[in-house]
Amino acid sequence: MNAPVQNPPHDDGGASHGSAKSYLIGFALAVILTVIPFGLVMGHVMPAASVVPVVAALGLVQIAVHLVFFLHMNTSSGQLWNNAAFVFTLVIVGILVLGSLWIMYHLNMNMMPGMMPSD
Amino acid sequence: MNIHTAPLDGTLVGHGDDHGETHSEAGKTPLGFWIYLMSDCILFASVFAGFAVVRGNLAGGPNGRELFELNYVAIETALLLISSLTYGLAMIAVGQNKLKAVYGWLALTFLLGLGFIGMEINEFAKLIAEGAGPGRSAFLSGFFTLVGTHGLHVSAGLIWMGVMFAHLARRGLNEINQTRLLLLSLFWHFLDIIWIGVFSIVYLMGAA
Repeated sequence: MNAPVQNPPHDDGGASHGSAKSYLIGFALAVILTVIPFGLVMGHVMPAASVVPVVAALGLVQIAVHLVFFLHMNTSSGQLWNNAAFVFTLVIVGILVLGSLWIMYHLNMNMMPGMMPSD
Repeated sequence: MNIHTAPLDGTLVGHGDDHGETHSEAGKTPLGFWIYLMSDCILFASVFAGFAVVRGNLAGGPNGRELFELNYVAIETALLLISSLTYGLAMIAVGQNKLKAVYGWLALTFLLGLGFIGMEINEFAKLIAEGAGPGRSAFLSGFFTLVGTHGLHVSAGLIWMGVMFAHLARRGLNEINQTRLLLLSLFWHFLDIIWIGVFSIVYLMGAA
C-alpha cells in the first residue's frame, strides 16, 4: 500500500510531546486564556467596541495553544500532510467566513444591522 | 514508542510486524481522520459564518446581552476544558499500557462531557420556555444551529466513548483500540477548539 504519509521511524517528536507536563502546561495556558476574556466581559472592564477584538485575539491564541499542546501539531516532516491539510482548511475557512460577511454586508443594505442609514 | 507521543505523525505503539495488516492501517488512519476533522472544521466555519451574518437580526426579540448568563457558560467551558485535560491523561495511560488508569480517565472525561451536554440541554430548554426558541428570530435560529451542531458533535463523542468502553472490555489495549482511542482524542480536543470559537464569538461578543 502506498500510504500518503511515510512514517518517519520514531522521529524525535517523541519525548517532548504528550507528557503529563505538556498537557498540564497547555491546560494552565488555556485556563488563563479563558479566564481573561470572561473576566473582561463579565466585569465590564472595557467598552464593547474595544473588548471584541481583545476577545477575538485571545481566542485565536487559545486555539493555537490547544493545537500545539493537546493536538500535538508541530513542524516535523511526519506531519507534512497534516499541516498541508490544515493550511488548506485555514484558506477555505477564511474565504468562507470573510467572504460571507463581505458579501452579506454589501449585497443587501437591509440584511445586516449597522448598515442601514438610520443606524 | 508511546502512542501519545506524536499522534499526528501516525506513529503508533509497538511497531512490531506481528500484525502487518493493522500496522499498515494505523499508519495512515490518523491522517485520514485528520482530513475528516478539517472538513468538519469547514462545516463549522459555514455555520459560524451564517451566525455572524444574522446575529444582529433580532426581529424585535431578545439579544444576547439579555439572554446569556456568562456564569453558566463559564462552567460549561470549564467542564469541556477539564475534559480535554483528562482525555490527555487517558492517552498518557494508554502509552503506559495502564488499562485501569485509562478506564478511570475516560470515565471522568465521559462524565465531564455528559455534564456539559446536560447543561446545554438545560440552557436550550430554558430559552425555549422563555419564548426565545430557534423560531423567534434569525439571531436565535443561528444561535441554536451553531451551538446545537457543536452539542451534537459532543454527544457523538460521548457515544463513541461509550463504545470504546465496550471495545476495551473485550480486547483491552490492543493496537486497534489504541488507534481508536487516538482518533477519539483528536475528535475530543477538536471539539474543545470549536467551543473556544463558540464562547468567544457567540457568548462573549454577544454579551459584551
